Amino acid sequence: MRSTEDGTLNEVDENAVETALQLKEAAQAADPDSGHEVVALTMGPSIAVDAARRAMQMGADRGVHVCDDDLAGADYAVTAAALAAAIRTEAPVDAVVTGMAALDGLGSVIGSLLAAELGWPQLSVARSVSWADGVITAHRGVDGVSETWQAATPAVVSVTDVTNSPRLARMKEILAAKAKPVRTLSAADLGLTTEELTSRTAVRSATRRPEPDPEIIFDDGTGGAKLAEYLIAHDLLAKENS
Amino acid sequence: MTGVLVPLGSDAAAGLRPATREVLTLARDLGEVTALAHTTPTADLLAELGSYGVTRVLTTPLPEPASAAAVAAQAVVSAVTEVSCAVVLFTSSFTTKEIAAHTAHRLGAGLLIDVGGVHLDGGRLVGGKRAFGGTWETVCEVRTEVAVATVTPNAVMARPAPQPTVPELRDLPAEIEVPPRLELLERTVADHSGDTRPSLAEAAIVVSGGRGTFGDFEPVEELADALGAAVGTTRDCVEEGWLPPEAMVGQTGTTVAPRVYIGAGISGAPHHIGGMAGAGTVVAVNIDDEAPLVQLADFAVIGDLSSVLADAVEALREHGG
Repeated sequence: MRSTEDGTLNEVDENAVETALQLKEAAQAADPDSGHEVVALTMGPSIAVDAARRAMQMGADRGVHVCDDDLAGADYAVTAAALAAAIRTEAPVDAVVTGMAALDGLGSVIGSLLAAELGWPQLSVARSVSWADGVITAHRGVDGVSETWQAATPAVVSVTDVTNSPRLARMKEILAAKAKPVRTLSAADLGLTTEELTSRTAVRSATRRPEPDPEIIFDDGTGGAKLAEYLIAHDLLAKENS
Repeated sequence: MTGVLVPLGSDAAAGLRPATREVLTLARDLGEVTALAHTTPTADLLAELGSYGVTRVLTTPLPEPASAAAVAAQAVVSAVTEVSCAVVLFTSSFTTKEIAAHTAHRLGAGLLIDVGGVHLDGGRLVGGKRAFGGTWETVCEVRTEVAVATVTPNAVMARPAPQPTVPELRDLPAEIEVPPRLELLERTVADHSGDTRPSLAEAAIVVSGGRGTFGDFEPVEELADALGAAVGTTRDCVEEGWLPPEAMVGQTGTTVAPRVYIGAGISGAPHHIGGMAGAGTVVAVNIDDEAPLVQLADFAVIGDLSSVLADAVEALREHGG
């Protein structure tokens, strides 16, 4: 089992770690000798190992850190190719669990791309996840549609911040995490080809937007009217789309 | 001429959604537009597609599970091959982003997600988006022959074509493999036919209430209805049970990019800002002038939200809005 993270542990990645830990616990309850472990997989510069460390404090057994200068600025495709290659080095894997979104603009597509790379079924934006007899069941509700999906493992699962409540790291686990192993993998270790390392998109420019300069008024009984005036004066009432 | 494919998704039967009209408008500026449908379009839909300048409509049914992204993506790939498209443009939603990812993977195409606009430069697709909670404006280019992008709703104003077309209708032969080991057990589509408000994800104006409402959303809803807006909220309020999860605007809720975002009683946690940073104009109403949402707003009123919103509704009604 794996949980992928990027950079620091995003809030929703804690939910992903929690899901992975719960899947492991379910497997252990069914068979105490199942030997399942949770591996925290992260990709990024050397500091990104902190994310794996954080996951290990929550209870992940060990970490894998994909770290290579050639991966700096990787786009979705390169990121997915590298993570998929790292996942393959850990075979056999039952499930890859990711958070459904990252706060850093990486988008919500990594789960889909990993499923496509690995050729595994995908259970995405899962509000609940359960695992029994090699089958993962997940419910989701997006875009006004409610669905229940089932996939035989191995599968890629993405979770949200309502899927569960991530456990707090206990002192014992925090201390134990320091001794847990982290394997560092370079692009060469992963056998990534030049093509796989070539981003298909590139950032042309990134400009910091001007500091907002809000027009702030204190309500003296006319605040509501002024709000309406603002919308009217800036032609913001148009209902072209309705 | 650049071929542009616009997948209509499965919900085009009831007519084009505003977000789809916007994407068709953008697509037409890029080149010759082909639309992809999964059921034979009605005469009304064809006429509407024609009014947006679509020259061709491909139709192919999807095998079950039709709602699996990997299934829908294969139909898109077949369409791209059939009519040699260089650009695939989707509207942005949870569902379409997944389909776009699978499509890009199969085509070896560069992928842009949640862009606020696109254009061609030297034959390459270029798109802009806001990143890092809206503090940065980035411009990205696709370096592959084929580009796949999802465009946020309200990125552009929908404009019918100057000259309507009569789209050619063609069946698309597509061999679609069903993803292995995957089964859809249950699917329920919420009935939105009785909705009086636009959908949150696509509304041109969104009025959201936060903790400062103390659970009373009446002023928020009144203002939303006066503006023809959708109603949104924060994760806190959903956790309190004040509004259903569907109303949540935020990183893990609905991402919105309306022309106008009005946040009342919302302090502006990063989770929330990440879900609305693409808004054109931000208006905040809060008792705290130091609240992050007030600080990033274009216009803010510091005061009690119930009276401010009620007064705004009255002023808008007098204006005839």
